[in-house]
Amino acid sequence: MKATTADPGTRPEIRKDGGDVLRRWWTSEGNEFAGRNLALIGVLVVLVALGVLTRPDLYGDPEWVRNNIFTILQQASAIGVVTVGMTFVIIGGGIDLSVGAIMALAGVWATTVATQSFGAGGMIFTAIAVGVGTGLVNGLLISYGRLVPFIATLAMMVAARGLAASISGKQTQISGNATINGIASTEILGVPLLVVILVVVVAAGWVLLNRTTFGRRTVAVGGNPEAARLAGINVRWHTLLLYALSGLCCGIGALMLTAQANSAQAAMANLYELDAIAAAIIGGTLLSGGRGTIVGALFGVLVFSTITNLFAINNLTTESQNMIKGGIIVAAVLIQQFRFGSLTKLFSRKP
Amino acid sequence: MIQDASRRRLLFGGAMVGAGALLAACTSNEQGPSTAQTKGPEGDNANAAPGKAVTIGFSAPAADHGWMAAITNNAKAQAAAYSDVTFNSVEAGADAAAQRAALDTLISQKPDAIVMLPHDGKELTASGLKAMQAGIPVINLDRAFTQALAYRVMIKGDNYGMGVSAGNYVVAQMKAKGVTNPVIGEIAGIDSLELTQERSQGFKDALAAAGFTVANRRAAEFTVDSGQREATNLLQALPKIDALWNHDDDQGVGVLAAVSQANRTEFIMVGGAGSKAAIEAIQADNTVLKATVTYSPSMASSAISLARLVAQGRGLSDLVELAVPKDITLASETITKENAANYLQLGF
Repeated sequence: MKATTADPGTRPEIRKDGGDVLRRWWTSEGNEFAGRNLALIGVLVVLVALGVLTRPDLYGDPEWVRNNIFTILQQASAIGVVTVGMTFVIIGGGIDLSVGAIMALAGVWATTVATQSFGAGGMIFTAIAVGVGTGLVNGLLISYGRLVPFIATLAMMVAARGLAASISGKQTQISGNATINGIASTEILGVPLLVVILVVVVAAGWVLLNRTTFGRRTVAVGGNPEAARLAGINVRWHTLLLYALSGLCCGIGALMLTAQANSAQAAMANLYELDAIAAAIIGGTLLSGGRGTIVGALFGVLVFSTITNLFAINNLTTESQNMIKGGIIVAAVLIQQFRFGSLTKLFSRKP
Repeated sequence: MIQDASRRRLLFGGAMVGAGALLAACTSNEQGPSTAQTKGPEGDNANAAPGKAVTIGFSAPAADHGWMAAITNNAKAQAAAYSDVTFNSVEAGADAAAQRAALDTLISQKPDAIVMLPHDGKELTASGLKAMQAGIPVINLDRAFTQALAYRVMIKGDNYGMGVSAGNYVVAQMKAKGVTNPVIGEIAGIDSLELTQERSQGFKDALAAAGFTVANRRAAEFTVDSGQREATNLLQALPKIDALWNHDDDQGVGVLAAVSQANRTEFIMVGGAGSKAAIEAIQADNTVLKATVTYSPSMASSAISLARLVAQGRGLSDLVELAVPKDITLASETITKENAANYLQLGF
């Protein structure tokens, strides 16, 4: 068996040959990567084909098709950015249940009257600072306070929603800032700015994971923290950085969502943590850490937003949509478990 | 060494949380109710004259939604307007079990009346019965109990009527425009809630009376971002529409954002509940939002007034009956540009 499917602790070594794309594609490692992503692309094609078959009237209009592609991508943008951060955390052996709540807190704080008086710059700074700040608190509690990630981020989830409700006075905070609201309608060379942001974040995440020491360390820490420590990696510090990175993504995502809704609310980004975890897992990230791909996570998000779109154009109910979503999550994780080892891995989370 | 570092960093973390809370306090946007959502004891209203001093207990779910926040604020402000009322509010927490526990504490304190907005009327009926059996009259606010024995007075909004009002407005507008086969969209709230189902049913029935149907219906989550998401999908599914009903003005902020991002202006939109932002948008008349149907949180103020009268053994002075009636269902009114000025003060 090759290093890719062996003990996760030895996995970082295989990243050294990362430049040889063609060879990777055809090696067993390459096939895993290509296989999974091809499967997801296949799912996307099937979903789009279902759309074409069920609503040929809509898909017959090229202008509508172009709009629809951007609609799907825009709907995927904020959750996609958050999923990139989540993927890093999960590869690093953790989990972040607080992303939706952090987005709500960052969005609400950025849209308070006091913050808005500083203009778009102040709002952007606040959202990012709140995201990174809360991410750091998560990281501190987990790496230095030795709390289990599940508990620490669960506590943050509850606390951040509470703080968001308190700051907003439980009212919807309208964003009167044209620059921030304009993020949702600006296009760059015909491509919506939100989609550009998503692509940039995904590209940055891919480079960070696959082409830097930080990425190799993330895989090492998630695969086998003890081996990583013995190899000279400061596991605690690295874990702290991973949660800060997730918080940063939440801050960016909060701004995108605020721009789209022209406002923020304490109940904003409800259950985004579950969507982000599901997308990462479907994209091939191992829930127990040590393995994962950014591009796969993006496909995971796209599958969800394409399903939502397909159901909307066919006027089907939320219930059926949720049931199908559930089925896809189960199927994806089952395939992954049969492929990469025993089901017990799912339940043996490392701290 | 590690211990030291760990303690230091934890202290740092704690300090950050503290600083966050402090900053939050400085930037908080808490708002009180507008004075028109409560009624002071002025004028020649016979019921306004101070009577026996009474204590009114109050419990509503803690929610991060504007409407629910207004409910609690209104109740508090209305109680404060009476010199003979002591207001005793208990936090209901996050779910039905927490509210039940809070109500047990409240019942043991023996207030003269309890105003209760239950998480779910079905789940809290037992608590209503318990209070009534302890001799405390219960004013059931908005979400109906399943047993008549569980409450003395019920005052609630009319969810079905909301749908009917929205439907009637859409029908009237379509007829005025001469549209015979309109494409109508609907953005509902949380689908699993009975109130959402009632609203949709009312809308459907009112449209059916004119031979119209809903072409596409998306359920959102009463939040702005879910409203934006579902509206975007709905607009994508219906390249041309004539009318759109959105159940909730809070999520309507997101719906309107989606409409403007899609550059769509060909239809009329009706809102729901009557938020201040929605009424102002209707007045300004520069968006697709042309009307909203009321579901006012001022009902909490009325519930406090009714609780006071029940506890003091008085009736409603305009009615012939000597006691307060058992059931009061508010009408869902339609706010348009023409009457928006009258309703602006009721917006929350």
